[in-house]
Amino acid sequence: MTLAPPPSGRVPWEREFALGMVRDMLRIRRMEERAAELYGEQKIRGFLHLYIGEEAVAVGALHALAPEDNIVATYREHGHALVRGMPMRTIMAEMYGKREGCSRGRGGSMHLFDARLRLYGGNAIVGGGLPLAVGLALADKLQGVRRVTACFFGEGAMAEGVFHESMNLAALWQVPALFCCENNLYAMGTALARSESQTDLCIKAAAYKVPTLKVDGQDVVAVHEVAKEAQQQVRAGKGPFFVEFQTYRYRAHSMFDPDLYRDKKEIEEWKTRGPLHSFTARLKAEGKLAEEQFLALDAEVAREVEDAVAYAEAGSWEPVEDLTRDVTAP
Amino acid sequence: MKTSYREAMRAALREALAADPRVFLMGEDVGKYGGSYAVTKGLLEEFGPERIRDTPLSELAFVGVGIGAALGGMRPIVEVMTVNFSLLALDQIVNTASLYRHMSGGQFSVPLVIRMATGAGRQIAAQHSHSLENWYAHVPGLKVLAPATVEDARGMLAPALADPDPVVIFEHAQLYNVEGELPEPWTRDIKSAAVRKQGSAVSLITYGGSLPKTLAAAELLTGEGIDAEVVDLRVLRPLDDATIMASVVKCRRAVVVDEGWKTGSLAAEVMARIVEQAFYELDAPLARVCSEEVPIPYARHMEEAALPQPAKIVAAVKGLLA
Repeated sequence: MTLAPPPSGRVPWEREFALGMVRDMLRIRRMEERAAELYGEQKIRGFLHLYIGEEAVAVGALHALAPEDNIVATYREHGHALVRGMPMRTIMAEMYGKREGCSRGRGGSMHLFDARLRLYGGNAIVGGGLPLAVGLALADKLQGVRRVTACFFGEGAMAEGVFHESMNLAALWQVPALFCCENNLYAMGTALARSESQTDLCIKAAAYKVPTLKVDGQDVVAVHEVAKEAQQQVRAGKGPFFVEFQTYRYRAHSMFDPDLYRDKKEIEEWKTRGPLHSFTARLKAEGKLAEEQFLALDAEVAREVEDAVAYAEAGSWEPVEDLTRDVTAP
Repeated sequence: MKTSYREAMRAALREALAADPRVFLMGEDVGKYGGSYAVTKGLLEEFGPERIRDTPLSELAFVGVGIGAALGGMRPIVEVMTVNFSLLALDQIVNTASLYRHMSGGQFSVPLVIRMATGAGRQIAAQHSHSLENWYAHVPGLKVLAPATVEDARGMLAPALADPDPVVIFEHAQLYNVEGELPEPWTRDIKSAAVRKQGSAVSLITYGGSLPKTLAAAELLTGEGIDAEVVDLRVLRPLDDATIMASVVKCRRAVVVDEGWKTGSLAAEVMARIVEQAFYELDAPLARVCSEEVPIPYARHMEEAALPQPAKIVAAVKGLLA
C-alpha cells in the first residue's frame, strides 16, 4: 500500500485556536509517553492502550463538540478524557489506581469516567459503548434536549453484531448520535483486510441509511472540519451520522503486545504522516508557529505531566473497607 | 379482587407509565402485537409508539439502548421476550449495566428494569425452556426478582423502577394464566422472601414457577399428616437469608425446589447458606428437587419427567423423614 503524503495545505484557523490544537495533541502525546515509562517502572499496571499516533482524531473531533454533549469512548480513551477537560492529574491518578483518580482507582486506564464532563467511559468491551450511545441519544430525543452523543470506537468493533444492531436502531429511531470510527487498521493484531470482507467502512453504515464521511485522521484540520460538519447535521435533528477517521497507532495494541503482526517499515511510513509534526510544519510554513514557541509549549506540557505524576505519586489508596461500596446504591 | 398474573403485570405497567413520563417500554412485539405473552396488550393504543416501542430482533442493542437511556435520565422498562433470548444480551447486562456504578467510582447509576419470561412446561422444547435465573443472580450490581403470585406481579414493578440500580424481573411463563386474589393494599416489597404456607415439619424453599408446584406438594403432604412450610424467595439477589434461616430453624429440615439444573443452581446457593448459617439446627441432610440435567424435551411425558413436580417434592420430603 502506498501511503498518501503527509497532510499539507493552508490551515484555515486563527493562530490561537491552531496553537490550542497543537497543545492538546502534545498533551496527549507527552502524557502517554510518560505513562509508558511508568508502566515500565510498574507504577501503572494492567492493560495500558496508548493512543500515540491517533491524537488528531480526539483533538479535532472533540473540539467540534459542545460541553453539554455526551461522550462515549473505548479503552483507548486517555486522550478523549484529557481533551474533554479531565485534569491530567486525575487521569494519571486513575492509572496509578489511586483514590484521587476519576473512578477512585477502580477502573484504571480503560475506565475513565466523569459524570460532570458527561464522559460515559471508558468501555473495555469492543462495541460495548455503541448501544449505550444510542440509548443516551434516545433519552435526549425523548426529553427534547438538543444534544449530540458522540461515540468513539475502532474499526474492529464494526465486525461485532452490536455495531450493526446499533446502527439500525440509531437510524430507525433517528437519534442524535455521532458515530466516530477510529480506523487504525488493526483490531489488536488482525489487519482490516484479514478480518472484513468489505473494507470500505462507510458502506456498512450507509447500508443502514446513516450518512457518512471519511477523512484523513492524521490531519487535525480535516478531522476538525469534518467533525464540525457532522455534528452540525446531528444537532440539527437530521439523525445519526457516521465518520471514519483513517488513522494509525504507532505503539503496540497494549503494553503486552509484542507487535509482531505488522512490518516495522509500515509503522515508519505512517510516522511520516504524524499528526503533530505535519501540523506544526504547516503552521511554521505559514509563520504561525516558531520553533522556540513550540519548545516553550512542549516545556509547559512537560511540567503539566510531571505535576500529574507527582499528584498520582502523592495520592492515597482507597481503603479496603470501601471495597463493597457502590456495588449498588446504599 | 380476582385477577390473573398477566393482568396484574399489565396493571403495574400501566400504572408506571401513567405515573412517570420518564418511563417507557421497549422490546420485541410489545406494541402492535400486544406482547408475546399478551402482557402489554392495549398499551400501545393507550400510550403511543414513543413510549411503547417495538424493537427489531436485536436483544444486545436494545438492552444496551435501555442502559444508555437510563443513564440519560429515562426510566426504561426493557422486555426481553424470554430468558432464552436474553443470552444474546448478556454482554450488556453483565459487562455494562451491573458494573457501571462500581467501576465509575459511584458516579453512574443505571436505573433500568429488564423483564423476561422464563421456564419450561409448555412443550416448546430445549431452546425455549431455560431457567437461567441463577446466571443473573450470580452477578453483583444486579437485583433479581421472581414474582410468583398475582400480588407480586402487581406490586414488584413500581419499587423495581424506583430502584437506582438495574433490576431483572423473571416472569415464569406458566404463571401468566394463574388467577388469584389481589389484596388491597398489595405489597411493594422487593427485599424479603415470604412464607406462603406456615408449617413445622419441613421447610420447602422455592421461587417463581415452582411455587404452585411446591404448594401443591405441601397440600399432598398435609393429606399424609406432614405439615410443610413453603417459603417463596421472591428476591433471588440479594437473598433474604433471615427468612430462609427462620424457617429452617423452625422446621429443622429443608428441601429446595428449583427449576434450574442442579449443578451450580440457585438451589445449591440456598443450601450452602443454610449449611453456613444453620447447620447445627438441622435434623436431617438437606435435599433439593431440580430439573434433570438434560435439555428440556418436547414430548409431554419427557418434559414432565425432566422438571420438578409435586410428586418428586413429596418423595424428597419423605426421604428426609424416613
